[in-house]
Amino acid sequence: MTHSVQAAPENPSLVVRDLKVHFGGGKAVFSRDRPVVHAVDGVSFSVPGGRTFGIVGESGSGKTTTALAIMRLVPITAGSVTLNGEEISAYEGRELRQSRRNYQIVFQDPYSSLDPRKRAAQIVREPLDLMNIGNPRERDERVSELFTQVGLRPEQKALFPHQFSGGQRQRLGLARALSTRPGLIVCDEPVSALDVAIQAQILNLMARLQADLGLTYLFISHDLGVVQHICDEVAVMYLGQIVEQADRVALFSEPKHPYTKALLAAVPSVHATERDRRNRVRLAGDPPSPINLPKGCRFASRCPMAEERCRQSSPPLEDRGGGHKVACFLA
Amino acid sequence: MTDHAAPALKVQHPLTEMAAMFFQNRSAVAGLALLISILLFTFVGPYLYPTDPFEMVWTPLSFPGEEGFLLGTDYLGRDILAAMMAGGQVSMAIGLAAAVISVVIGVSVGAFAGYYGGVVEEALMRFTEFFQVLPTLLFSMVIVALFGASLLTVTLAIGVVSWTAVARVTRSEFLRIRELEYVSAARSGSARDGYLIFRVILPNALPPIIVQANLMVGSAILFEAALSFLGLSDPNIMSWGQVIGSNRPYILDAGFAVAIPGFAIFLTVLAISLIGDGLNDALNPKLRQR
Amino acid sequence: MERAPLLSVTDVVVDFKTRHGNARVLDQVSLAVESGEILGIVGESGCGKSMTALSIMGLVPDPPGKVTSGSIKLGDRELVGMDQEGLRRIRGKDIGMIFQEPMTSLNPVFTVGEQIAESLRQHENASPKAAMAKAVDMLRAVEIPEAEARAKAYPHQLSGGMRQRVMIAMALACGPKVLIADEPTTALDATVQAQIFDLLQDLQQETGTAIVLITHDMGAIAELADRVVVMYAGRVVESGSVRDVLSRPRHPYTKGLIACVPHLEEEPGPVRKELLEIPGVVPALTDLGAGCAFAPRCGEVMPKCRQQKPVLTEAGDTQCVACWAVHEPAAAS
Repeated sequence: MTHSVQAAPENPSLVVRDLKVHFGGGKAVFSRDRPVVHAVDGVSFSVPGGRTFGIVGESGSGKTTTALAIMRLVPITAGSVTLNGEEISAYEGRELRQSRRNYQIVFQDPYSSLDPRKRAAQIVREPLDLMNIGNPRERDERVSELFTQVGLRPEQKALFPHQFSGGQRQRLGLARALSTRPGLIVCDEPVSALDVAIQAQILNLMARLQADLGLTYLFISHDLGVVQHICDEVAVMYLGQIVEQADRVALFSEPKHPYTKALLAAVPSVHATERDRRNRVRLAGDPPSPINLPKGCRFASRCPMAEERCRQSSPPLEDRGGGHKVACFLA
Repeated sequence: MTDHAAPALKVQHPLTEMAAMFFQNRSAVAGLALLISILLFTFVGPYLYPTDPFEMVWTPLSFPGEEGFLLGTDYLGRDILAAMMAGGQVSMAIGLAAAVISVVIGVSVGAFAGYYGGVVEEALMRFTEFFQVLPTLLFSMVIVALFGASLLTVTLAIGVVSWTAVARVTRSEFLRIRELEYVSAARSGSARDGYLIFRVILPNALPPIIVQANLMVGSAILFEAALSFLGLSDPNIMSWGQVIGSNRPYILDAGFAVAIPGFAIFLTVLAISLIGDGLNDALNPKLRQR
Repeated sequence: MERAPLLSVTDVVVDFKTRHGNARVLDQVSLAVESGEILGIVGESGCGKSMTALSIMGLVPDPPGKVTSGSIKLGDRELVGMDQEGLRRIRGKDIGMIFQEPMTSLNPVFTVGEQIAESLRQHENASPKAAMAKAVDMLRAVEIPEAEARAKAYPHQLSGGMRQRVMIAMALACGPKVLIADEPTTALDATVQAQIFDLLQDLQQETGTAIVLITHDMGAIAELADRVVVMYAGRVVESGSVRDVLSRPRHPYTKGLIACVPHLEEEPGPVRKELLEIPGVVPALTDLGAGCAFAPRCGEVMPKCRQQKPVLTEAGDTQCVACWAVHEPAAAS
């Protein structure tokens, strides 16, 4: 089956409904039974085409698993993922492979995300070859075009990944993700492994590519500064669930959930004054493990405001006006 | 701004780099030189010294140097130098063929176990452990005794009992590499399982497998010698182990007849393991980048 | 009369032999740590900030590395050229160090209590019982709940934040004069990082231990440090009080480093601005040339920058800068 290289579909949008990803729980024949890890536990959101949706959270919050589940790289336990009206979570086999041209991913680690045995051009071309998009000459042209788009020089096509710097590797990762002209790019911490000066180069490149190509980004990060900079709407995750979701301005200027407040307060800032530092909320302890989840609000054990009812039942994610959603009884 | 001054741009193929790394390692180069000499001796030697290794040429068990026979004669009065040349060809061919067999079996078992995991892995690894706990020499003796002592059965017997190490190495490499992001990247680029196993993971898993295979050649040569020593090989084919095995009763009177092929085996295995160590370093990208 | 600083590093040069030639990893690095202060060293990877810490600890891997020249003094003791036994006594006793990844710095087969006690026994000849009691005290001092029970835990049984607290307890057990913290919170989550920062600040105020904080994060510097040293390609390019450097950075690299990070704002505007970029990448240390190493990426570059390395010179009350555009602005126009 051959496809010609064609333009991206207009205004794609991603809809995630009640997504659940649970790991383990299987019975092993010869070893111990593994406990169930509720990595993602009922996550719903939608992203309008051409916008950037950010997911922030600490390790164990399930943000990366959410990204991988949407990419169909980890098995989905329950829920649905719909892209441009196509329910990609229902696809399997050949259908799934064909649908992959519409959504691609950029990984965090620019070192482990590129096959060390393949040359740069081959890496960028690989999805075109695998999906049989265009004829060989068209694919070569596409690779050249992509190299220019992400700011790499044509003579670098013959190099191996270890001959590139971290920032250049991430440009290669972007070029590979863009090769099939997807509408959605899932970015899993794309700049957190890079030096700060290189971060800015990649973030600006991503913003430029979005403006030029009308891309939709799902942007996963633990860095609130980066998320504030690049995202239109932001969801805060804690232990597999969204605890607060709002547009960029509302979330950062009027955070409602105590966890969001603590997360914002924890960011070391070059602007903060001495007084700011003394007055802020500090969380004690570490997040509980996603294996033995409490029955009430998952944040209750670390929450400075927790009451009895927080420990008894878990608060639903409710719209508090203007699309600002919070899952907290007390907010 | 899209310009970035690239760091020192040297288009060097990884293979070139590996070769450079290999040749920096003196003991590996010595091993390679030694192996080449042995190969020249066994494969080119017979043309320069055309003596039939099965022909009785002089008094049995005469000492090296006597009557122009550089390495002396064996218990049947056959020229040991000619036997060393002919036997070397067989020993090395068996070593290589047995290593190939064990790599093919080992890589397939290890790759599928490591890639698919779960039940497939459990089944394949229990199967591997079954072969691992068998006393290898005894098991190969049983195979040879059952199917007769031909070159083919000896080679197969050695291959069948020694693939487990390769399987374990391959599996552990697959387990590690399949979690790396470039594998996920290829999968989201719509790659099938076969592509992921053979085109993405296997090439990156090769270095330790190559080293293991290399050592396998050495151990296969030793294995063949052990079988011959026990009289479990084709008496019509000369091999180093055969020379040792057949002269074994006369070891007190004519130790050289056993020591010479023993020394040849020692040198060959040494050369191969030196090369294996060198390859191990050369194929390790972390060492290469220093 | 001026008091000699607690720890002074003067004109230290460290060279590494590589396959691509000699790499000058540290080039004329000078800095001083006063007792009771927190000094931040900031820069991108490969700028030499970690190597500075290793050379203070006498841990420069040799070969391929070597402290070619310069002097490192702790009080009036010279550390460069000191024998391994002397350095070993100073490490842990007078200078403590904590690393980025606490899991790999702790021995997995001993309990954390045993590991802290071990260092006390080595450096202070404490009896096993007294050492263990002190170890539990130290765990309490770093605010580990149920310290007695946790002393019996193995490293893998603790969370990342707890492990870093254990590392801090171990580093501080012998009451060192200087604590070197190399990216102590990079592997931790934001809320846990904030806890560790608070802890370091509290401990520093209680014990008066000087801290050298090595980080890539200007925010962490602003949060914790009193003075800051900015490094680039093995050289110090700017130093001064944190307030001055952050409010009035003089070196173009420092300016870029502050401006290129998207800082969290409390009232973000609806319009997204483009971030300022420092173009290009950090140069290879094997071919730095004669001029300023930052010249190829610098927006204010002048012909002189490519010919001669600028020297670190005073520029303001607390600041020192190594930049021709600051010292000889006339030449720029």
